[in-house]
Amino acid sequence: MAEIVLEQVSKRFPDGTVAVADVDLEIGDGEFVILVGPSGCGKSTTLNMIAGLEDISSGELYIGGERMNDKAPKDRDIAMVFQSYALYPNMTVRENMSFPLRLAKLDRATIERKVTETAQVLELGQLLDRKPANLSGGQRQRVAMGRAIVRSPKAYLMDEPLSNLDAKLRVQMRTQVSRLQKQLGTTTVYVTHDQTEAMTLGDRVVVMRQGRVQQVGPPQELYDGPANLFVAGFIGSPAMNFLPARLTDGKVASVLGDLPLAGPTRQALRDAGAPEELILGIRPEHFEDARLVDESHLASGATYEGQVDVVESMGSDKYVYLPLDTERASTAELEELAADAGVADLPAAGAQLVTRLSAESRAAEGAPVRLWINAERVHLFDPADGRNLTLGAQSSGRAAPSSGRAAPSSG
Amino acid sequence: MATTFGEPTAARRWRWGLLDLAVIGLALVPVLWIVSLSFKTPETLTDGRFIPADWTLENYRSIFDTTQFTRALINSIGIALISTAIAVVLGMMAAYAVARLDFPGKRVLIGVSLLIAMFPQVSLVSPLFEIERQLGLFDTWPGLILPYITFALPLAIYTLSAFFRQIPWDLEKAAKMDGATQAQAFRRVIAPLAAPGVVTTAILVFIFCWNDFLFAVSLTSTERSRTAPVALSFFTGDSQFEDPTGSISAAAVVITIPIIIFVLLFQRRIVSGLTSGAVKG
Amino acid sequence: MTVLNERRQVSNGRRVERGRLSEGRRAERRLGWLLCAPAAVVMVAVTGYPILYSVWLSLLRYDLRFPDEQEFIGLSNYGAVLGNEFWWNAFFVTLLITVISVAIEFGLGLGLALVMHRTLVGRGLVRTSALIPYGIVTVVAAFSWRYAWTPGTGYLANLVTPEQAPLTERASALGIIILAEIWKTTPFMALLLMAGLALVPEDLLKAAAVDGAGAVARFRKVMLPVMKPAILVALLFRTLDAYRIFDNIFVLTAGANETSSVSMLTYNNLIRGLNLGIGSTMSVLIFITVAIIAFVFVKLFGTAAPGADQERR
Repeated sequence: MAEIVLEQVSKRFPDGTVAVADVDLEIGDGEFVILVGPSGCGKSTTLNMIAGLEDISSGELYIGGERMNDKAPKDRDIAMVFQSYALYPNMTVRENMSFPLRLAKLDRATIERKVTETAQVLELGQLLDRKPANLSGGQRQRVAMGRAIVRSPKAYLMDEPLSNLDAKLRVQMRTQVSRLQKQLGTTTVYVTHDQTEAMTLGDRVVVMRQGRVQQVGPPQELYDGPANLFVAGFIGSPAMNFLPARLTDGKVASVLGDLPLAGPTRQALRDAGAPEELILGIRPEHFEDARLVDESHLASGATYEGQVDVVESMGSDKYVYLPLDTERASTAELEELAADAGVADLPAAGAQLVTRLSAESRAAEGAPVRLWINAERVHLFDPADGRNLTLGAQSSGRAAPSSGRAAPSSG
Repeated sequence: MATTFGEPTAARRWRWGLLDLAVIGLALVPVLWIVSLSFKTPETLTDGRFIPADWTLENYRSIFDTTQFTRALINSIGIALISTAIAVVLGMMAAYAVARLDFPGKRVLIGVSLLIAMFPQVSLVSPLFEIERQLGLFDTWPGLILPYITFALPLAIYTLSAFFRQIPWDLEKAAKMDGATQAQAFRRVIAPLAAPGVVTTAILVFIFCWNDFLFAVSLTSTERSRTAPVALSFFTGDSQFEDPTGSISAAAVVITIPIIIFVLLFQRRIVSGLTSGAVKG
Repeated sequence: MTVLNERRQVSNGRRVERGRLSEGRRAERRLGWLLCAPAAVVMVAVTGYPILYSVWLSLLRYDLRFPDEQEFIGLSNYGAVLGNEFWWNAFFVTLLITVISVAIEFGLGLGLALVMHRTLVGRGLVRTSALIPYGIVTVVAAFSWRYAWTPGTGYLANLVTPEQAPLTERASALGIIILAEIWKTTPFMALLLMAGLALVPEDLLKAAAVDGAGAVARFRKVMLPVMKPAILVALLFRTLDAYRIFDNIFVLTAGANETSSVSMLTYNNLIRGLNLGIGSTMSVLIFITVAIIAFVFVKLFGTAAPGADQERR
């Protein structure tokens, strides 16, 4: 049984920086959990602590029920795949993969068998006698995974294993990693900064920021019900639109006009003690070209007339950008997200609206467009602490979010 | 002069070629001169010609007539080899610790090693002379080996730690995850990768030891431990009236042969080592 | 005994560990010390104790020819040496040689570095040839020069100074010594500079060329600034080396005609004159001078000590 449990795990460096603060996590046997967040959020440090490559400053770590805080990496029976692959350059692929088995002093026959099996699974059979220098990036990545798999450990730890591959290869390898994990059924903890990987690979995703866990849950749950501004802005591409807004008797007023609020939503806001000044969050796909929306739906939302700035036609959808005459919404979380995306110091004359309309829309650059906003799917955030005030009051059909202690869902 | 972009035209190649010739010429002329002198007969020794008018091997024969020079050669080879071996082993251990491990006192070690590299060796000659005299180490092999190791260590540590730093840190982590102890990780993963660096360092240290004159001339007095460069400088001719130029030149050439061999075989490594890997050849 | 005071039970059952390094960290520290110990012990023992001993000796009157007449005389030796014109002559000679040879070596070394790094033809050949002066035994080269400048025997003497014996006159002898030094150590300087040269990004030079900078401008404005740390290190090491000059002088002139360097003078007093007191005094004075030079370089010119950079694991 290979559950991994972190209890209030923290990492403090000698110079005082706190890289990881009070992380609680329960990873079930066979689960695929992703740690995701911007650079510097502590995800790699957490992974290294599970591996034993970094000491745990405080808190407890259990693997398979055993306390592992003081154990050396080699005694934890876990395998790691590194971002740089870390293949031994002077050994062939076969020797690389058999290295851990040779260290464990297994007999030759067993080693041979395991290496052959693993090579078959990863389609490395032809490459067994080559040295890493003669392999392509993708092949090296598979050898790195092979070296981890061959040991049949209790868990796999993967530190951004796909980051060094080019875009197309990354997409291919993603599916292979997923398939492999299901096939082997081994607990896997996977670190990435790419939210797409997080969404597509994990059973559950852990979003981290500045050393703390922001939210844990299945990908869809994080997408539909983000717990705070940070998760809302981090998950989903293109990112959610954030606008300053104001609560006025049953409506939310912003530069987009007045949005009606449903009863449960108003109740949730009252319960949460919402302030008057809020931040409104709307995902691009919750806009549509008003001309394509039938009459019955129009009433449940709101409309907005705007001028189209740029249209990106993807074939399957149209991304339509509109300038807005308002200041950009700005909180600490949003600034951090902007910094992570590298756009923090771009002079923003005002906010910009990103919408995803269906391909049939006839929106054109420089022309006006009438948008419909799905008011049932908007989120409202408290600017002071970033929390999502409308959680739990969204339209039906969405799972209730997990509570604070991140236990695996039974489903 | 600085950079040329674009195709290497014939004109550019000629220009560089001429510069190359100038460098090669300047570098080799003194060497060729001493070689030439070593082949000159006693009569033509003072004729001032660059190329010998009369060739002879007599000079080479004469230096091996007595055991003096042979013994000096043996001393040089033995002392240099032993010093190199010990300095490389000690340097390798310290360089590994400095490049890969974290421990208090690391910077102190680097500082001390730098200090020694900048140390005026002559300042050590006085006390060492007296200390070795009292300890009975004067005019012995260990008497030279110890200062050689001491002054070779900064060079060895510096060169080796540069090599160790080039080895990706991840490899050691991977080995640890694969089940290796620190020692196993070193033996099976790091050491094979460091081998070229060790070879280079050994060559540089050997050249350093082979080359030393100050310590050798101060801390030895008989052929028991006198090294070749010192023996060379004290050569006299076959007789009181004989000009030793010929024999000195022959001995000088003999001493230079190992160096030429090293440089020819290992030029790339030496350049790489002295430039801390910045230039790979 | 368990170290109870280092573990505290907090009320909700969490245990906080303070101050105790894990097994892994402690093992690493031990290993680090263990690995460094032999090298450190050798270096410190062979230099530390003798230097202190040398300071002690410098306070004695101790002539090995009269070993029973040792006595403590405090700083008199220093007075004797510092008041002696031989010392100041040697000091002046050493300074002269140091400054001139380092300056010329720097210029030539820079040129040689450029040739070794960027030549389009025969790169291996050039580098191999350039390494020969570096590798050759100094006294061998010195003999080559001595014979070259001996009137009658030597090609240089016959070509350049046919009527004189240049090694027997102070000015010309010093010139020859400087030339010998430059020949021997320019390659080493060139290699140190080449390390800096190799770090100049090619892209930067291309950008400068596109911006309109000619070869000389690119050299001055792009290469030199990037090379500055390497240049300072090279200058520091070469200056200290040059100050210690000994081998060439020993062979070329044996210090005659006031061409002794401070090292040469010390050797004469110590090994030839067997005067431990005076010899040690000179040793200490040389040590202090070298320390001052190093200090000036590091503090005033901001030379970064190579290899002292800390990297985060």
